[in-house]
Amino acid sequence: MSSHKSHDIGAGTAPLIGRSLQRVEDARFVTGTGTFIDDMKVENMVHALVVRSPHAHARIGAIDTTELLAHPGIIDVFTTADIAEYAAEIPLRLAPLVGYERYLQRPFAVDKVLYVGDPVAVIVADSRYIAEDAQDLLMIDYEILPAVTDVHASAKNESILNEKAGTNVAFSYRVSEGDIEAAFAAADYTRKESFYCHRHSGVPLETRGMIASYDATATDHKLKVWGATKVPWFNRRALAKMLRMEEADIRFVETDVGGAFGIRGEFYPEDFLIPFATMRVKRPVKWIEDRREHLMAANHSREMECDLEIALSKDGDFLGLRGVFRADMGAYARTNGGVPPAKAAQFAPGPYRVGAVQMDVAGLMTNKTPIGTYRGPGRYEVNFFRERLLDLAAADLGISPVALRMKNLIPADMMPYTTGKLCPYEEPVQYDQGDYPGTLAKIAEAFDFDRMKAKVEACGQKNGKRQGVGLAVFVESGGAGPSETARIEVTPTGKIEVFTGVTAQGQGHETVLAQICSDGMGGVPFGDISIFHGDTDKLEWGFGTYHGRGVTVGGSAILLTARKLAAQLVAMAARRTNLGIEELELKDGAIRKKGAAPGEPPVMTLEALAASADDPAELKAVEKFAPANRTYTSGAHAAHVEVDVETGKVEVLRYLIVEDVGRCINPALVHGQAIGGAVQGIGATFLDELVYDAEGQLLTGSFADYLMATSNEFPEIEAITLETSLSTLNPLGAKGAGEGGIVGAGGALANAVSHALGPLGVNVTSLPLNPNNVLRMIRQATPRQAAE
Amino acid sequence: MKPPPFAYFAPRSLDEAVKLIDEHQDDGKLLSGGQSFVPVLSLRLASPATIIDLNRVEGLGGASEMPDGGLRVRGLTRHREIELSPLVARLNPLLTGTMPHVAHVQIRNRGTTGGSCSHADPAAEMPAIALTCDADFVLTSVTGERVVPAGEFFQGVFTTALEANEILTEIRYPAWPKGRRWGFEEMARRRGDFAIVGSAVLVDFDEAGRCGAAKITIFGAGDIPLRIAEAEEMLVAKGLTPETMREAGRITSAAIEPRDDLHASADYRRDVSAVMVRRALEQTASPLRTGVAA
Repeated sequence: MSSHKSHDIGAGTAPLIGRSLQRVEDARFVTGTGTFIDDMKVENMVHALVVRSPHAHARIGAIDTTELLAHPGIIDVFTTADIAEYAAEIPLRLAPLVGYERYLQRPFAVDKVLYVGDPVAVIVADSRYIAEDAQDLLMIDYEILPAVTDVHASAKNESILNEKAGTNVAFSYRVSEGDIEAAFAAADYTRKESFYCHRHSGVPLETRGMIASYDATATDHKLKVWGATKVPWFNRRALAKMLRMEEADIRFVETDVGGAFGIRGEFYPEDFLIPFATMRVKRPVKWIEDRREHLMAANHSREMECDLEIALSKDGDFLGLRGVFRADMGAYARTNGGVPPAKAAQFAPGPYRVGAVQMDVAGLMTNKTPIGTYRGPGRYEVNFFRERLLDLAAADLGISPVALRMKNLIPADMMPYTTGKLCPYEEPVQYDQGDYPGTLAKIAEAFDFDRMKAKVEACGQKNGKRQGVGLAVFVESGGAGPSETARIEVTPTGKIEVFTGVTAQGQGHETVLAQICSDGMGGVPFGDISIFHGDTDKLEWGFGTYHGRGVTVGGSAILLTARKLAAQLVAMAARRTNLGIEELELKDGAIRKKGAAPGEPPVMTLEALAASADDPAELKAVEKFAPANRTYTSGAHAAHVEVDVETGKVEVLRYLIVEDVGRCINPALVHGQAIGGAVQGIGATFLDELVYDAEGQLLTGSFADYLMATSNEFPEIEAITLETSLSTLNPLGAKGAGEGGIVGAGGALANAVSHALGPLGVNVTSLPLNPNNVLRMIRQATPRQAAE
Repeated sequence: MKPPPFAYFAPRSLDEAVKLIDEHQDDGKLLSGGQSFVPVLSLRLASPATIIDLNRVEGLGGASEMPDGGLRVRGLTRHREIELSPLVARLNPLLTGTMPHVAHVQIRNRGTTGGSCSHADPAAEMPAIALTCDADFVLTSVTGERVVPAGEFFQGVFTTALEANEILTEIRYPAWPKGRRWGFEEMARRRGDFAIVGSAVLVDFDEAGRCGAAKITIFGAGDIPLRIAEAEEMLVAKGLTPETMREAGRITSAAIEPRDDLHASADYRRDVSAVMVRRALEQTASPLRTGVAA
């Protein structure tokens, strides 16, 4: 399932790294022959429905299942009492912020439900239809409690979510570098603004889902789970621990996945409940999350407030930056929920030399869906806060936005550069190679920023419309550890099989990883390489795909393994042929004499070599790559917008991203990542929003209300990929390329809209920029005259 | 998000269809294009015991010219057919001009004009156009036909003059007079979304170029599309000038009682209603906004 044959583009085409090969995945995706989880059917399969809390905050009373179980077609129902023996907390995977662990989620709500969507029961039925028909027969008494729906109410601790913890303040910490008081005391200019980034999330088009099947008598894997992705080995370990099983008794298999964006593939309550269901009913159980569930059950992200204050000298030297972050964490601690606030604070100084930095960070629990990571976690938010504040400062000081940034960007000759320890659970950040001023210069030139700025300013208001331009500069990490493993094998027919811990959610990993393997093995034909991913049975251990590590870490492991196997095969051929190792090489898919003329027959084909093996171990190699540090991708976004001042609608006239990703394996796919990220980021800035009412009811429960960008909305997006600063931290020289397209969008667009509406007195400090909000800002700045 | 169980009928004739809906009027629902109704079913916002699918009923679709030059559009006519019909373009250019704003092509391929009007979403375009044009609605039941003017057809959010045993079989648009020009403007979050607020206008200019009659509709600003008679009369009295067009907008803002919802506040709707009306009226200055010459 997870293996797909590469297109044969013939031998002799190395190197493949750096070439825009067409994705081998495309054929099956565009012809509808991919296998997503809901395409899978297993014999004797039944269907699960997760019953969810309709209340944001309530005490759970009596539960009566009698009527439900009498309904035809209902096979089983279980609730929190039934899993009590197993009901361990779902562990943190990342960002162990002290105190946050008190709020870990269990598979079912215990005693109280804490958000609309909190799982309270699972119904297993002959079909999903029957389960939905019978759902209302499950009687649950609720005593409704006051809902906490924002960080300010949360901080008051009047209604406490977790009574054992006794407070809604999950964590609170300060990080700092340098003497912040001195920096502000010495400043000629300071400005403080309060910002808000709205709640939204990744919302992949394919919702979550899984099929679990259990056979206690099986000798290999008792429990099989299809539909895993992102981090299957970690999730298998978590599940084994919760079910008190051996890891080896569980197999996770990845199917095709229709997008993840950080939110899909983390361990959620259902990742326990569905395997548990199959063990209870002794039949395979399928669960497919519907869209309504998805919007209330899968991780939300981004919602935080930030009071940010900047200190500059009169010449614009960046002396200090201090901030107070209040992150709305939702109702429980999810596996990676601490990442967004922690990373927002850590990336607050961004690509700039800042004299002193101090950030206070608090995570506050609310009766809303829990927070997790979404593409560019913390970065989208903080780049908006900081870049907006920089534009305000530039305007106040009469310096151009480009010049103020240029003056303060970390110069290339100061690399590597440390911003210090700005995250409590991590070592100090060290930016690797990068030419940040060069990146800004590139976008300023390509966008003709200064001239465009003057031009739209001269234009003023025409036909009720005003134009503006805006910039945002960013630095962004990728290639997080820990290690990744690869195993490469030569098959009996001389083909190459690659087994990787990297998982795939639509990025094109089967293509780029094969490109890397081909180059690492002297140009093995691309079409001879098969990539196997996301199956815990195929590789002893892997970490998976997140944080721009598919290529940087997973790809590096494949490159090292490919080189090792190539050397091993040459040595083996030397033994078989009595030729010297130094005389031979693996080239274009066969063992050849070094310097052989083109067309000269090879010394041995891989097939012949495979046939000659005494020991299968000769034909395979395993290697790990553990990055010493993270890679840092730098870049900038520029936007040109037109605002209809009578309706508040914003049109994006031009959008440009410049991003230095180090070595680019497949430029077309990197470009696609930038454009796709930008669509999500621009869409988020204008459209996406998860809205709750005062009772904690989610108002955006379908695509009629949760608006995502379609192909109509933002057609004018361009991206320029630079390979200026190769990373020295991995053998490919690659950096993360998945998040640069999204992380600057809020900042660049808020700046552009503020630029357009500045003459009306508008200063954007809050997202999203939907028509209602934009018109309200115009009205508040210039009461009632703009429409005339 | 799976629909509840229901009995399903697929009649082939209108006779059969009206009998079925008469028989099942207490718990039955009609299905035409299904673009609103199927999601409603899947979200279990409605749980009819019986669904009568009109899609196979013969003779229930298509547009034709009436003897008096008016336009007859049968209930099951797909939006896309209206959009692409040269006949509709000739007889009612406002209808043609509005079509690109109705959802997306995929939805227009399936959605029907009768279904849209029967559903009566306050933010939908078709009800607003019918109201602007003073169209008549033909409602058919086992006892025969009755004709209800658009002004009486729309009664509230998702509520119309249709009795539980009636089918909207036809919408009759009066003949398009010489000298008529049209305007249409709407504000939607994304192209193809239901409007937050929108306006359709018709202005009949006499031979001297004066405003002889005006029809102004605002939609998305209340429970049903609304004609703004005060503004219409004002335009006839004062003629079309930049100032009167703005005034028509102000009158509209004052006449409506919009609500807050997820996508916009009542204040927003009030403000932007004025803009929509003014912009729709401004469009009538263009000779492109007259009927296609016969």
